Amino acid sequence: MAPVQTTNKTSIIKITDLDFFYGDTQALFKINLTIAKNRITSFIGPSGCGKSTLLRCMNRMYDVIRNTKASGSILFDNNNILQTSTDVTGLRRRIGMVFQKSNPFAKTIYENVVYGLRIAGENKKSVLDQAVEESLKGTSLFDEVKDRLNESALGLSGGQMQRLCIARAIAIKPDVILMDEPCSALDPKSTAKVEELMLNLKKDYSIVIVTHNMQQSSRISEYTAFFLEGRLMEKDTTQKIFTNPSKKETEDYITGKFG
Amino acid sequence: MSNIFIWGRKNLYPTTGQGIISIAIVSLVGLVLWNFLPWSIFNAVWVADNSDVCRQAGGACWAFIWEKLYFILFGFYPAEERWRAWLVLALFLGGILYSGRSKSWTLSLIVVWLGLVVSMMLLLNGTLLGLPTVETSYWGGLVLTIILAMTGIIFSYPFGVLLALGRANQRLPVIRGICVSIIEIIRGVPFISLLFMASLMLPLFLPSGFVIPKLVRAIVAVIIFSGCYLAETVRGGLAAVSRGQYEAAQSLGLSYWKTMGLVILPQALSKVIQPTVGSFISLFIDTTLVVIISMYDLLGAARAAASDSAWLGFAREAYVFLALIYFAFCYTLSKYSRRLEKDILTKKVH
Ligand SMILES: Nc1ncnc2c1ncn2[C@@H]1O[C@H](COP(=O)(O)OP(=O)(O)OP(=O)(O)O)[C@@H](O)[C@H]1O
Ligand SMILES: [Mg+2]
Repeated sequence: MAPVQTTNKTSIIKITDLDFFYGDTQALFKINLTIAKNRITSFIGPSGCGKSTLLRCMNRMYDVIRNTKASGSILFDNNNILQTSTDVTGLRRRIGMVFQKSNPFAKTIYENVVYGLRIAGENKKSVLDQAVEESLKGTSLFDEVKDRLNESALGLSGGQMQRLCIARAIAIKPDVILMDEPCSALDPKSTAKVEELMLNLKKDYSIVIVTHNMQQSSRISEYTAFFLEGRLMEKDTTQKIFTNPSKKETEDYITGKFG
Repeated sequence: MSNIFIWGRKNLYPTTGQGIISIAIVSLVGLVLWNFLPWSIFNAVWVADNSDVCRQAGGACWAFIWEKLYFILFGFYPAEERWRAWLVLALFLGGILYSGRSKSWTLSLIVVWLGLVVSMMLLLNGTLLGLPTVETSYWGGLVLTIILAMTGIIFSYPFGVLLALGRANQRLPVIRGICVSIIEIIRGVPFISLLFMASLMLPLFLPSGFVIPKLVRAIVAVIIFSGCYLAETVRGGLAAVSRGQYEAAQSLGLSYWKTMGLVILPQALSKVIQPTVGSFISLFIDTTLVVIISMYDLLGAARAAASDSAWLGFAREAYVFLALIYFAFCYTLSKYSRRLEKDILTKKVH
């Protein structure tokens, strides 16, 4: 299913020799990985293997946790974002994130979507209106909520909230969207909607998704990376990983022998 | 008639057990009223030129309150300048009415009250307005209580919020340590000793000839004391905001302070409206303690009035009157907080 790509020319993020520590415990070991542009890459692996940690390295979200340390390099737009001189808020505007548990703000639906834009100083009503319409359409939420844009986002269903969070992330037009188990709290129908949405989004965005759902990974992603105990075991096209993995551990995990 | 009966049956006597409790309570209330009403109303003296009339009547002597009303409201504030104190009370009522509209419930309300309290102080003092100066030591009664409570609330709230934010900040350990020490030390000390310290010890640390009015010292003590309790309340609110909100804000590129100020704090504060107003109420009540550094606030003035030798023996009336005033204030405040909370909860928008 996935078009085979040469990653070099079309990569957007390049991770080299990344080590990551929570205090004294090392959570990631010598990760080398490139993320393809306009493609969906999924991270799979047993709980605690470091998928979320790696995701959080890519937009420096680990900064919010005390005593964390990363070494190696993560190249984005020709800059090593691990450098302390990186403008973190600017970086996060270009590498957006969607979390496992949807987290809309206690504001109206409209304000949720335009929040990032407002923070960036955009206050023109026409621009904001357009962003709301585009982002909500992009997440196929527009028809469901267009009559209640000025009601609280907390009144939405779980699936709608998650799609709203995605709309909020894409409203600021990032280059990359990181998604940490975005569907784990959703029912199959909402999950299908979010998956469809991701397939639509990839023409404009590069997407990295962490998932525990093997079918999901094989349905939507072109590339899959398998992690085990803080190490990247294998990364290849999704097709190869799921049909003919080169490592025994990968095969065991995919076939459900452990994890 | 039968409606009342049905209502009574349903609400007072749903089961035998609860019925017995109802009967006990109703009889107790009845007993109290039976004794209280004749004293407070039927046998009370409402107007009298001197205390002899009261003493013969045997009921409450409201004439005493009437006689001492100006003193209870304004303390030693000079009689010819009393219109200024009246104006202050009017401003205060205006502020309350303004705050009662749900449209006014925004952060700018703090600014409105700040403006109000500043104008009140300017008016009472008078110098800057070209009026005869009245030193703070002449301020008293209800007016003084209002000034103390208002400045206390207006400044202790932001102070408490800052302390809580400082305490929550993991990245500035020095500031965090300072905030924690302030909060824990002040909370470990009774308010009275803080007041004494502010009034007796603070002048020792200041260069001689540099005098801070007693009122200001008392206000500072109130602000510090109440701020530390508020900080703990706010901390509870901060802890109740889910981590997801923090992450969402950070991932949208908000700086730490914007995350706190725009996303976390509004939610945290509205989660703890009730306990916050609870703190305001205790602050209001605690201001009565300034009596011990010989200031004549509402309580002080009333006690002084009751010890006037021409009207000895009517302290009871004074305290009932005070209780009514304090109750009116506290009840308004708590009613207000409940409406505010309901309003915010139903809108689910901060
Ligand atoms: N804040 C933290 N402080 C200390 N250690 C942490 C922290 N967060 C994660 N870890 C540790 O780092 C390792 C990797 O965690 P991570 O959350 O990245 O795993 P994961 O692959 O996302 O797991 P899951 O599938 O359960 O979400 C785990 O051993 C975890 O205990
Ligand atoms: Mg995870």
